[in-house]
Amino acid sequence: MKILVAVKRVIDYNVQIRVKSDQTGVEMDNVKMSMNPPDENAVEEALKLKDSGIATEVVVVSIGQEKCQDTIRSAMAMGADRGILIKTDVSIEPLAVAKILKAIVEKEQPDMVLLGKQAIDDDSNQTGQMLSALLNWPQGCFISKLGINDKTITITREIDEGLEHLEIQLPAVVTCDLRLNEPRFASLPNIMKAKKKPLDVIAIENLEIDISPRVKFLKVEEPLARKGGVMVADVKELIQKLKYEAKVI
Amino acid sequence: MSVLVIAEHNNKFLKASTLNTVKAALEIDAEVHVLVCGFNNDEVVKQTSAIEGIIKVLQINDDLIEHQLAEQLSQVLVQISKNYTHILAPSTTFGKNFMPRAAAILDVSQISDISAVVSADTFIRPIYAGNAIATVQSSDPIKFITVRPTSFEPVESSGGNAMIEKITFNPEEIKTKFVNREEAQSERPELGNARIVISGGRGLESADNFKLLNEIADKLNAAVGASRAAVDAGYIGNECQVGQTGKMVAPELYIAVGISGAIQHLAGMKESKIIVAINKDEDAPIFAIADYGLKADLFEVLPEFSKELDLLNNIAK
Repeated sequence: MKILVAVKRVIDYNVQIRVKSDQTGVEMDNVKMSMNPPDENAVEEALKLKDSGIATEVVVVSIGQEKCQDTIRSAMAMGADRGILIKTDVSIEPLAVAKILKAIVEKEQPDMVLLGKQAIDDDSNQTGQMLSALLNWPQGCFISKLGINDKTITITREIDEGLEHLEIQLPAVVTCDLRLNEPRFASLPNIMKAKKKPLDVIAIENLEIDISPRVKFLKVEEPLARKGGVMVADVKELIQKLKYEAKVI
Repeated sequence: MSVLVIAEHNNKFLKASTLNTVKAALEIDAEVHVLVCGFNNDEVVKQTSAIEGIIKVLQINDDLIEHQLAEQLSQVLVQISKNYTHILAPSTTFGKNFMPRAAAILDVSQISDISAVVSADTFIRPIYAGNAIATVQSSDPIKFITVRPTSFEPVESSGGNAMIEKITFNPEEIKTKFVNREEAQSERPELGNARIVISGGRGLESADNFKLLNEIADKLNAAVGASRAAVDAGYIGNECQVGQTGKMVAPELYIAVGISGAIQHLAGMKESKIIVAINKDEDAPIFAIADYGLKADLFEVLPEFSKELDLLNNIAK
């Protein structure tokens, strides 16, 4: 089985982001960047399948600036076999990302595509669903468990009511929740090895895909800050405040 | 111009998120239709037609679409989309699952998780876990939109009398088989629209200790929530997770117990009206956004809180 994993380079989840004063977006200069957290779970799941002999090759793809090579290298340091960067300096909407990934899928012919369920920067939660639609493959979204059978997979989806279990035919697109697994750390020798693994860089223009934006960002603003409150001394005071000041109990 | 809302339901009752989504739809245009897909869903259709302000209910009642799989719902939307300028669904795991799929088949982008309607083509949505607020304008001929339920007041669930139109489901072959659902059973209010939420974090230290929260929740008629750390540790089910990758809540009162307040958790609850934080670490970031903070050991606070509530209730009686 061959697995394609799509990863996104985003502002690190620990960084408190700052909105640009001209309201054109979020400050990206000199900010720590990392792999989107649930994408790490997607990489880990693919590697677990490789460790158990089910997957034969794990290919990692990313779309973005030259610097996304770092993100791909960190996936290869975890154990992925090779990488593909679709290079572009403009930001790409989920629909266009899905179109680009579809082209890569058609070239690479994987049996399964794994992605994170959501990127923590734009919080869209769309790309996996869109990719499976364009490929006309079944989808398994927000999964916390993956089982591989002969020609199907069994998945457990995290839904608002609890859990949903589906059996879907391969090839399929699967999007991963943070609870799917515990991503491994890359060891120093593996980081060194990853530097020698093959990484193809393809200019986005060569794919001849329409990536023009459909959704224009008119402005990006700071949210209204919450006013700080007061500290109370004990439970009695808290109850009094809730009952007679806030009037919520 | 007509707006279509996809109802969220379980074939037995309509979920409250549908009412919030209808509110957003009515802010776009007065001609709002609601689609109810499923099987043996007459009762849900009846409840839907009573929603105030909507014009028409479309019903698909077919055993093949009982479980409303993403592959099926997107087929339905593709078939009926030409009649609509906007298609809306709640930004819950239900809506998030099928809406992008349908949008991609129709070659349109989706506007995810909107918190306000500016005009028929311009919307506001939180990004970066709510740490930035984007105003976005769509140029697509059909707008696919998911709606953050907590950002829109629910419309009245009664008083309406919309006409019901039955439509047929034309199934195409799908490669997904429904196995089963494990729905968490609870007598308490639904987390997404409870008036009071009490949430526990890693500070609770065990699944057993959540009983301390449950006891207070029952006295306040509150829902119980949790941070991701508590869910990951197995203290409580995933359906209780509040935060960027879990549920968004905005109750009148949110009580965070033993939750430090990572930005990913704050993303899910900082729109609450009153926030209470109970934590023994005075540097916990949750205190910065709390209306009332109590620095104390939760294992001493919770039993006392419970007792004080009893006293309060006795006085009230």
